[in-house]
Amino acid sequence: MKHLRFMIMGILFGITLSKGEIISWYRIQEMFRFQSFHMYGVIGSAVVLGILTIQFIKRTKLKDAQGNYISVSTQEPGYARNLIGGTIFGLGWAITGACPGPLFILVGHQGWPFLLAILGAVAGTFTYGLFERKLPH
Amino acid sequence: MEKILTFIQQPWPWWVSGPLIAYVMFSLLYFGKGFGISTNFKTVCCMLGSCKVSDFFCFNWRDQVWNLMFIIGVVLGGFVAAHYLTPDMTVAISASTVNDLKEIGIVNPGTSYLPEEIFGSDNIWSLRSLVFLVGGGFLVGFGTRYANGCTSGHAISGLSNLQYWSLIAVVGFFIGGLLMTHLILPYLIAL
Repeated sequence: MKHLRFMIMGILFGITLSKGEIISWYRIQEMFRFQSFHMYGVIGSAVVLGILTIQFIKRTKLKDAQGNYISVSTQEPGYARNLIGGTIFGLGWAITGACPGPLFILVGHQGWPFLLAILGAVAGTFTYGLFERKLPH
Repeated sequence: MEKILTFIQQPWPWWVSGPLIAYVMFSLLYFGKGFGISTNFKTVCCMLGSCKVSDFFCFNWRDQVWNLMFIIGVVLGGFVAAHYLTPDMTVAISASTVNDLKEIGIVNPGTSYLPEEIFGSDNIWSLRSLVFLVGGGFLVGFGTRYANGCTSGHAISGLSNLQYWSLIAVVGFFIGGLLMTHLILPYLIAL
Protein backbone atom coordinates (compact mmCIF):
# COMPACT_ATOMS: atom_id res chain seq x y z
CA MET A 1 0.00 0.00 0.00
CA LYS A 2 2.66 2.52 -0.99
CA HIS A 3 -0.11 4.84 -2.21
CA LEU A 4 -1.91 4.90 1.13
CA ARG A 5 -0.81 8.48 1.79
CA PHE A 6 -2.68 9.62 -1.33
CA MET A 7 -5.82 7.94 -0.08
CA ILE A 8 -5.48 9.81 3.23
CA MET A 9 -5.05 13.11 1.34
CA GLY A 10 -8.16 12.19 -0.66
CA ILE A 11 -10.13 11.63 2.56
CA LEU A 12 -9.05 15.06 3.84
CA PHE A 13 -10.01 16.61 0.48
CA GLY A 14 -13.39 14.85 0.45
CA ILE A 15 -14.24 15.94 3.99
CA THR A 16 -13.07 19.51 3.30
CA LEU A 17 -15.23 19.93 0.19
CA SER A 18 -18.20 18.32 1.94
CA LYS A 19 -18.00 20.42 5.09
CA GLY A 20 -17.20 23.55 3.07
CA GLU A 21 -20.43 22.87 1.10
CA ILE A 22 -18.47 23.09 -2.17
CA ILE A 23 -20.25 19.89 -3.25
CA SER A 24 -23.65 21.54 -2.79
CA TRP A 25 -25.62 22.12 -6.02
CA TYR A 26 -27.09 25.19 -4.29
CA ARG A 27 -23.67 26.71 -3.58
CA ILE A 28 -22.73 26.40 -7.26
CA GLN A 29 -26.00 28.07 -8.28
CA GLU A 30 -25.31 30.83 -5.77
CA MET A 31 -21.83 31.27 -7.29
CA PHE A 32 -23.08 31.52 -10.88
CA ARG A 33 -25.69 34.05 -9.72
CA PHE A 34 -23.07 36.12 -7.84
CA GLN A 35 -25.24 36.06 -4.71
CA SER A 36 -22.67 35.09 -2.09
CA PHE A 37 -18.97 35.42 -1.42
CA HIS A 38 -18.67 31.83 -0.16
CA MET A 39 -17.39 30.02 -3.29
CA TYR A 40 -15.23 32.98 -4.33
CA GLY A 41 -13.72 32.96 -0.83
CA VAL A 42 -12.96 29.23 -1.09
CA ILE A 43 -11.38 29.36 -4.57
CA GLY A 44 -9.79 32.78 -3.97
CA SER A 45 -8.12 31.85 -0.69
CA ALA A 46 -6.92 28.53 -2.15
CA VAL A 47 -5.40 30.36 -5.13
CA VAL A 48 -3.77 33.15 -3.07
CA LEU A 49 -2.21 30.59 -0.73
CA GLY A 50 -1.34 28.45 -3.76
CA ILE A 51 0.50 31.36 -5.43
CA LEU A 52 2.48 32.02 -2.24
CA THR A 53 3.25 28.31 -1.89
CA ILE A 54 4.46 27.89 -5.46
CA GLN A 55 6.53 31.09 -5.31
CA PHE A 56 8.11 29.74 -2.12
CA ILE A 57 8.80 26.38 -3.81
CA LYS A 58 10.43 28.07 -6.81
CA ARG A 59 12.48 30.64 -4.90
CA THR A 60 13.82 28.24 -2.29
CA LYS A 61 14.26 25.45 -4.88
CA LEU A 62 12.40 23.19 -2.49
CA LYS A 63 12.87 19.45 -2.92
CA ASP A 64 10.13 16.87 -2.67
CA ALA A 65 10.04 13.75 -0.46
CA GLN A 66 12.29 11.86 -2.89
CA GLY A 67 14.86 14.68 -2.98
CA ASN A 68 13.94 15.92 -6.50
CA TYR A 69 13.26 19.56 -7.22
CA ILE A 70 9.52 20.16 -7.18
CA SER A 71 8.26 20.99 -10.66
CA VAL A 72 4.80 22.38 -11.25
CA SER A 73 3.41 21.31 -14.60
CA THR A 74 2.38 23.96 -17.12
CA GLN A 75 -0.87 23.91 -19.04
CA GLU A 76 -1.50 23.30 -22.74
CA PRO A 77 -1.61 26.52 -24.78
CA GLY A 78 -4.42 27.36 -27.23
CA TYR A 79 -7.48 29.60 -27.20
CA ALA A 80 -9.84 27.08 -28.83
CA ARG A 81 -8.94 24.24 -26.49
CA ASN A 82 -9.12 26.24 -23.26
CA LEU A 83 -12.05 28.48 -24.14
CA ILE A 84 -14.33 25.94 -25.89
CA GLY A 85 -13.34 23.06 -23.61
CA GLY A 86 -13.70 25.29 -20.57
CA THR A 87 -17.13 26.48 -21.71
CA ILE A 88 -18.38 22.92 -22.28
CA PHE A 89 -17.16 21.95 -18.81
CA GLY A 90 -18.82 25.08 -17.35
CA LEU A 91 -22.17 24.07 -18.91
CA GLY A 92 -21.87 20.68 -17.22
CA TRP A 93 -20.69 22.15 -13.92
CA ALA A 94 -23.84 24.29 -13.64
CA ILE A 95 -26.10 21.28 -14.42
CA THR A 96 -24.59 18.73 -12.04
CA GLY A 97 -23.55 21.39 -9.53
CA ALA A 98 -20.28 19.52 -9.26
CA CYS A 99 -16.87 19.57 -10.91
CA PRO A 100 -14.97 16.24 -11.08
CA GLY A 101 -13.77 16.22 -7.43
CA PRO A 102 -17.25 16.82 -6.02
CA LEU A 103 -18.75 14.24 -8.44
CA PHE A 104 -16.63 11.59 -6.71
CA ILE A 105 -17.31 13.04 -3.25
CA LEU A 106 -21.06 12.95 -3.94
CA VAL A 107 -20.88 9.20 -4.63
CA GLY A 108 -19.80 8.80 -1.01
CA HIS A 109 -22.01 11.58 0.31
CA GLN A 110 -25.30 11.00 -1.53
CA GLY A 111 -24.94 7.47 -2.84
CA TRP A 112 -25.14 5.57 -6.11
CA PRO A 113 -27.10 8.06 -8.28
CA PHE A 114 -23.85 9.95 -8.74
CA LEU A 115 -22.26 6.86 -10.26
CA LEU A 116 -24.48 7.72 -13.24
CA ALA A 117 -22.76 11.12 -13.43
CA ILE A 118 -19.33 9.44 -13.24
CA LEU A 119 -20.47 7.12 -16.04
CA GLY A 120 -21.51 10.16 -18.07
CA ALA A 121 -18.15 11.81 -17.45
CA VAL A 122 -16.24 8.69 -18.54
CA ALA A 123 -18.41 8.56 -21.68
CA GLY A 124 -17.71 12.26 -22.33
CA THR A 125 -13.97 11.72 -21.91
CA PHE A 126 -14.12 8.71 -24.26
CA THR A 127 -16.02 10.76 -26.86
CA TYR A 128 -13.39 13.51 -26.67
CA GLY A 129 -10.69 10.90 -27.23
CA LEU A 130 -12.50 9.68 -30.38
CA PHE A 131 -12.74 13.15 -31.92
CA GLU A 132 -9.55 14.68 -30.50
CA ARG A 133 -7.82 15.03 -33.88
CA LYS A 134 -10.82 16.59 -35.59
CA LEU A 135 -11.37 19.29 -32.96
CA PRO A 136 -9.70 22.72 -33.07
CA HIS A 137 -7.11 23.23 -30.34
CA MET B 1 -13.38 15.43 22.52
CA GLU B 2 -17.12 15.87 22.13
CA LYS B 3 -16.65 19.61 21.94
CA ILE B 4 -14.15 19.17 19.11
CA LEU B 5 -16.58 16.94 17.22
CA THR B 6 -19.44 19.42 17.66
CA PHE B 7 -17.12 22.15 16.40
CA ILE B 8 -16.16 20.13 13.30
CA GLN B 9 -19.81 19.24 12.63
CA GLN B 10 -20.72 22.85 11.86
CA PRO B 11 -20.47 24.05 8.23
CA TRP B 12 -16.88 25.13 7.56
CA PRO B 13 -16.36 28.75 6.48
CA TRP B 14 -14.48 29.55 3.26
CA TRP B 15 -11.35 30.54 5.15
CA VAL B 16 -11.04 27.00 6.48
CA SER B 17 -11.93 25.11 3.25
CA GLY B 18 -9.89 27.25 0.85
CA PRO B 19 -6.57 26.98 2.74
CA LEU B 20 -7.09 23.21 3.22
CA ILE B 21 -7.48 22.82 -0.56
CA ALA B 22 -4.17 24.68 -1.02
CA TYR B 23 -2.64 22.35 1.58
CA VAL B 24 -3.82 19.26 -0.37
CA MET B 25 -2.26 20.71 -3.54
CA PHE B 26 1.03 21.30 -1.70
CA SER B 27 1.01 17.78 -0.19
CA LEU B 28 0.61 16.26 -3.66
CA LEU B 29 3.46 18.40 -5.02
CA TYR B 30 5.63 17.42 -2.06
CA PHE B 31 5.12 13.76 -2.91
CA GLY B 32 5.93 14.41 -6.56
CA LYS B 33 2.39 14.51 -7.97
CA GLY B 34 0.20 17.09 -9.66
CA PHE B 35 -3.32 17.94 -8.52
CA GLY B 36 -5.67 16.88 -11.34
CA ILE B 37 -8.88 15.00 -10.70
CA SER B 38 -10.43 14.84 -14.19
CA THR B 39 -7.40 12.83 -15.38
CA ASN B 40 -8.98 9.87 -13.56
CA PHE B 41 -11.76 9.70 -16.17
CA LYS B 42 -9.10 9.32 -18.85
CA THR B 43 -7.34 6.66 -16.78
CA VAL B 44 -10.59 4.68 -16.47
CA CYS B 45 -11.06 4.87 -20.28
CA CYS B 46 -7.51 3.59 -20.71
CA MET B 47 -8.05 0.72 -18.25
CA LEU B 48 -11.24 -0.27 -20.09
CA GLY B 49 -9.23 -0.73 -23.29
CA SER B 50 -9.97 2.51 -25.16
CA CYS B 51 -6.41 2.47 -26.51
CA LYS B 52 -7.76 0.15 -29.22
CA VAL B 53 -9.91 2.91 -30.69
CA SER B 54 -7.86 6.05 -29.99
CA ASP B 55 -4.17 6.73 -29.32
CA PHE B 56 -5.33 9.38 -26.87
CA PHE B 57 -5.91 6.59 -24.36
CA CYS B 58 -2.61 4.79 -24.93
CA PHE B 59 -0.48 5.32 -21.87
CA ASN B 60 0.59 3.32 -18.87
CA TRP B 61 -2.33 3.66 -16.49
CA ARG B 62 -0.20 2.24 -13.66
CA ASP B 63 1.48 5.65 -13.41
CA GLN B 64 -1.90 6.99 -12.32
CA VAL B 65 -2.66 4.43 -9.60
CA TRP B 66 -1.80 7.05 -6.93
CA ASN B 67 -4.51 9.31 -8.40
CA LEU B 68 -7.08 6.47 -8.37
CA MET B 69 -6.18 5.91 -4.70
CA PHE B 70 -6.68 9.62 -4.15
CA ILE B 71 -10.23 9.50 -5.54
CA ILE B 72 -11.04 6.37 -3.54
CA GLY B 73 -10.09 8.48 -0.52
CA VAL B 74 -12.22 11.32 -1.87
CA VAL B 75 -15.29 9.04 -2.02
CA LEU B 76 -14.57 7.80 1.52
CA GLY B 77 -14.20 11.40 2.71
CA GLY B 78 -17.64 12.22 1.32
CA PHE B 79 -19.09 9.18 3.08
CA VAL B 80 -17.48 10.05 6.44
CA ALA B 81 -18.60 13.68 6.17
CA ALA B 82 -22.21 12.73 5.37
CA HIS B 83 -22.59 9.98 7.96
CA TYR B 84 -20.55 11.26 10.91
CA LEU B 85 -19.78 14.94 10.51
CA THR B 86 -22.95 16.61 9.21
CA PRO B 87 -25.95 16.22 11.56
CA ASP B 88 -27.62 19.23 9.92
CA MET B 89 -27.67 19.10 6.11
CA THR B 90 -29.22 22.51 5.51
CA VAL B 91 -27.07 24.83 3.42
CA ALA B 92 -27.36 28.51 4.33
CA ILE B 93 -27.53 29.92 0.81
CA SER B 94 -28.55 33.54 0.34
CA ALA B 95 -32.21 34.55 0.36
CA SER B 96 -31.97 35.83 -3.21
CA THR B 97 -30.71 32.42 -4.42
CA VAL B 98 -33.61 30.72 -2.60
CA ASN B 99 -36.07 33.05 -4.34
CA ASP B 100 -34.50 32.67 -7.78
CA LEU B 101 -34.48 28.88 -7.51
CA LYS B 102 -38.08 28.73 -6.30
CA GLU B 103 -39.07 30.78 -9.34
CA ILE B 104 -37.58 28.22 -11.73
CA GLY B 105 -39.28 25.34 -9.91
CA ILE B 106 -36.91 24.04 -7.23
CA VAL B 107 -39.13 22.98 -4.32
CA ASN B 108 -37.12 23.55 -1.11
CA PRO B 109 -33.84 25.33 -1.94
CA GLY B 110 -31.19 25.00 0.77
CA THR B 111 -32.94 22.44 2.99
CA SER B 112 -30.38 19.81 1.94
CA TYR B 113 -27.16 19.73 -0.09
CA LEU B 114 -28.99 19.42 -3.41
CA PRO B 115 -32.53 19.24 -4.84
CA GLU B 116 -33.86 15.80 -3.88
CA GLU B 117 -36.48 15.92 -6.64
CA ILE B 118 -33.68 15.84 -9.20
CA PHE B 119 -30.79 13.95 -7.56
CA GLY B 120 -32.54 11.78 -4.96
CA SER B 121 -32.56 8.04 -5.67
CA ASP B 122 -36.40 7.92 -5.71
CA ASN B 123 -36.66 9.99 -8.89
CA ILE B 124 -33.53 8.86 -10.61
CA TRP B 125 -35.05 7.14 -13.63
CA SER B 126 -36.99 10.18 -14.79
CA LEU B 127 -35.86 11.92 -17.99
CA ARG B 128 -34.97 15.05 -16.03
CA SER B 129 -32.73 13.25 -13.54
CA LEU B 130 -30.93 11.35 -16.28
CA VAL B 131 -30.32 14.59 -18.19
CA PHE B 132 -28.89 16.21 -15.05
CA LEU B 133 -26.70 13.28 -14.04
CA VAL B 134 -25.65 11.51 -17.25
CA GLY B 135 -25.96 14.54 -19.55
CA GLY B 136 -24.29 16.93 -17.10
CA GLY B 137 -21.60 14.37 -16.36
CA PHE B 138 -20.97 13.90 -20.10
CA LEU B 139 -20.34 17.65 -20.57
CA VAL B 140 -18.03 17.66 -17.54
CA GLY B 141 -16.03 14.71 -18.91
CA PHE B 142 -15.86 16.02 -22.49
CA GLY B 143 -15.09 19.62 -21.52
CA THR B 144 -12.41 18.88 -18.94
CA ARG B 145 -10.52 16.64 -21.34
CA TYR B 146 -10.81 19.17 -24.17
CA ALA B 147 -9.52 21.93 -21.88
CA ASN B 148 -7.02 19.48 -20.34
CA GLY B 149 -8.11 20.17 -16.78
CA CYS B 150 -10.90 20.97 -14.37
CA THR B 151 -11.17 23.14 -11.28
CA SER B 152 -8.27 21.37 -9.56
CA GLY B 153 -5.88 21.48 -12.54
CA HIS B 154 -6.78 24.90 -13.96
CA ALA B 155 -8.50 27.04 -11.29
CA ILE B 156 -6.41 25.88 -8.32
CA SER B 157 -3.06 24.56 -9.66
CA GLY B 158 -2.95 26.56 -12.88
CA LEU B 159 -3.87 29.93 -11.41
CA SER B 160 -1.56 29.29 -8.43
CA ASN B 161 1.23 28.75 -10.95
CA LEU B 162 0.21 31.97 -12.76
CA GLN B 163 -0.62 30.11 -15.98
CA TYR B 164 -2.20 32.35 -18.63
CA TRP B 165 -3.92 29.43 -20.35
CA SER B 166 -5.51 28.33 -17.10
CA LEU B 167 -6.97 31.80 -16.73
CA ILE B 168 -8.47 31.44 -20.22
CA ALA B 169 -9.89 28.04 -19.25
CA VAL B 170 -11.41 29.50 -16.06
CA VAL B 171 -12.99 32.28 -18.15
CA GLY B 172 -14.48 29.45 -20.23
CA PHE B 173 -15.77 27.70 -17.07
CA PHE B 174 -17.67 30.86 -16.21
CA ILE B 175 -18.97 31.50 -19.73
CA GLY B 176 -20.44 27.98 -19.69
CA GLY B 177 -21.70 28.20 -16.11
CA LEU B 178 -23.40 31.55 -16.66
CA LEU B 179 -25.00 30.46 -19.94
CA MET B 180 -26.34 27.32 -18.32
CA THR B 181 -27.53 28.96 -15.09
CA HIS B 182 -29.25 31.96 -16.65
CA LEU B 183 -30.41 30.74 -20.08
CA ILE B 184 -30.71 26.95 -20.26
CA LEU B 185 -31.26 25.60 -16.74
CA PRO B 186 -34.89 26.81 -16.36
CA TYR B 187 -35.82 24.66 -19.39
CA LEU B 188 -33.99 21.61 -18.03
CA ILE B 189 -35.71 21.94 -14.65
CA ALA B 190 -39.06 22.13 -16.46
CA LEU B 191 -38.45 18.76 -18.18
